[in-house]
Amino acid sequence: MEITVNVNGQSYTRDVEPRMLLVHFLRDELGLTGTHWGCDTSNCGACVAWLDDVPVKSCTALAVMADGHTVRTVEGLERADGLDPVQQGFIECHGLQCGFCTPGMMMTSRWLLDHNPDPSEADIREAISGQLCRCTGYENIVRSVRWAAEHEAAAEGETVTEDTSVEVQA
Amino acid sequence: MQVPAQFQYEKATSVEHALELLGRYGSESRLVAGGHSLIPMMKLRLAQPEALIDINDLDELARISVEEDTLVVGAMVRHADLLDSAIAGEHFPIFHDAERMIADPVVRNRGTVGGSLCQADPSEDLSAAFAAVRAEAVIQGPRGRRTTPVREFFTGPYQTVVEPDELLLQLRVPIRSSASAYEKVERRAGDWAVAAVGAALRLEGDQLAEVGIGLTALGAPQFHAPEAEQFLTGGPATPERFAEAGRIAAQHCNPLADQRGPVDYKRHLAATLTARALGKALSRWRGRNHQEA
Repeated sequence: MEITVNVNGQSYTRDVEPRMLLVHFLRDELGLTGTHWGCDTSNCGACVAWLDDVPVKSCTALAVMADGHTVRTVEGLERADGLDPVQQGFIECHGLQCGFCTPGMMMTSRWLLDHNPDPSEADIREAISGQLCRCTGYENIVRSVRWAAEHEAAAEGETVTEDTSVEVQA
Repeated sequence: MQVPAQFQYEKATSVEHALELLGRYGSESRLVAGGHSLIPMMKLRLAQPEALIDINDLDELARISVEEDTLVVGAMVRHADLLDSAIAGEHFPIFHDAERMIADPVVRNRGTVGGSLCQADPSEDLSAAFAAVRAEAVIQGPRGRRTTPVREFFTGPYQTVVEPDELLLQLRVPIRSSASAYEKVERRAGDWAVAAVGAALRLEGDQLAEVGIGLTALGAPQFHAPEAEQFLTGGPATPERFAEAGRIAAQHCNPLADQRGPVDYKRHLAATLTARALGKALSRWRGRNHQEA
């Protein structure tokens, strides 16, 4: 059946079988291979992408369920002015490791910071508790997310200061 | 690569449309909500429906509200929404206790309350929670709307009273002065329960006027422990009596030995978790009613 899905701000129309999983739609139909396909059982979370603004395991959703909806993948994380702070954090703190779980980790972490800009270590661990790192290296991932939170807070602080000065001048 | 077998797919646009589609496709069709139980089963060919009727767009079933003295939880409410609901947590902390331990945050974004109940997995957490607080299920079908106590909702493992041409609309929980809690033992974060117990209670003076005990993964018929409830009702709320209620619950449940543990271990958990959930509910009751412990 024909479906139209908005992925990372771009509309795609494709003819797919109802049984096609969302992860395969993203990878095989759209060529967006940043979303990884790992365990196939909803356990590992390598396939996490956003469906209608919340992270979901795209190996347990059907592509047809996304018809008329929006999807955001790791390819849509980068900002116009450069990398998302979460992406930068993974570079700075060596959160990538082998890289397989990274796209899913980053998508969930971006969502966490959007809803909780100052998460504790426990908050971060809870948020990614449905995602497995086979390097067994969660320490660096948690540090990466904290790095992003701190740099985002600092960046917003600068913006606020600039705005105030503009007001004073006016 | 695990992919479901072929099926017809229909997207329902309203409750009436969903019922019409169920009528058209018959008993070989299945409703799909979050799909987090059904789609994995379809991948493994444990389920092979000829048609899937997607009810994800039925926003009218995705609301949590209070109607007079009743908490109403729509069947399409996602687990994450029940966990985030302040009004649900205020009246029934048992739901927040349970939701915190259901799968993981990402799965909770998609899985639904109604889907969990209709799946009727013997290890499913919300079945025991809703049984403990004596909720009612509202079911719609071609013969009209009917209401069933959740305690009579389950007819066996993976079986409920919802007929193939019917749809679960909502869960209704009477809001009364009560306190509740949920205790679970799992092998690792987000796993199915090895065993879990939900408890709800209300005191009149020093006496337990009402007690609800729900059991998960313990082979309790319809997820509750009536003998233990009867034992406690009408007497004082003491640790000794909670321990005895736990022993009664353990005696009357029928756990299976599996990879999560042998029968005697699970009975031990039934007893321990029952006493623990009752104790936690009691301390919440006292906290709310400003009484000394």
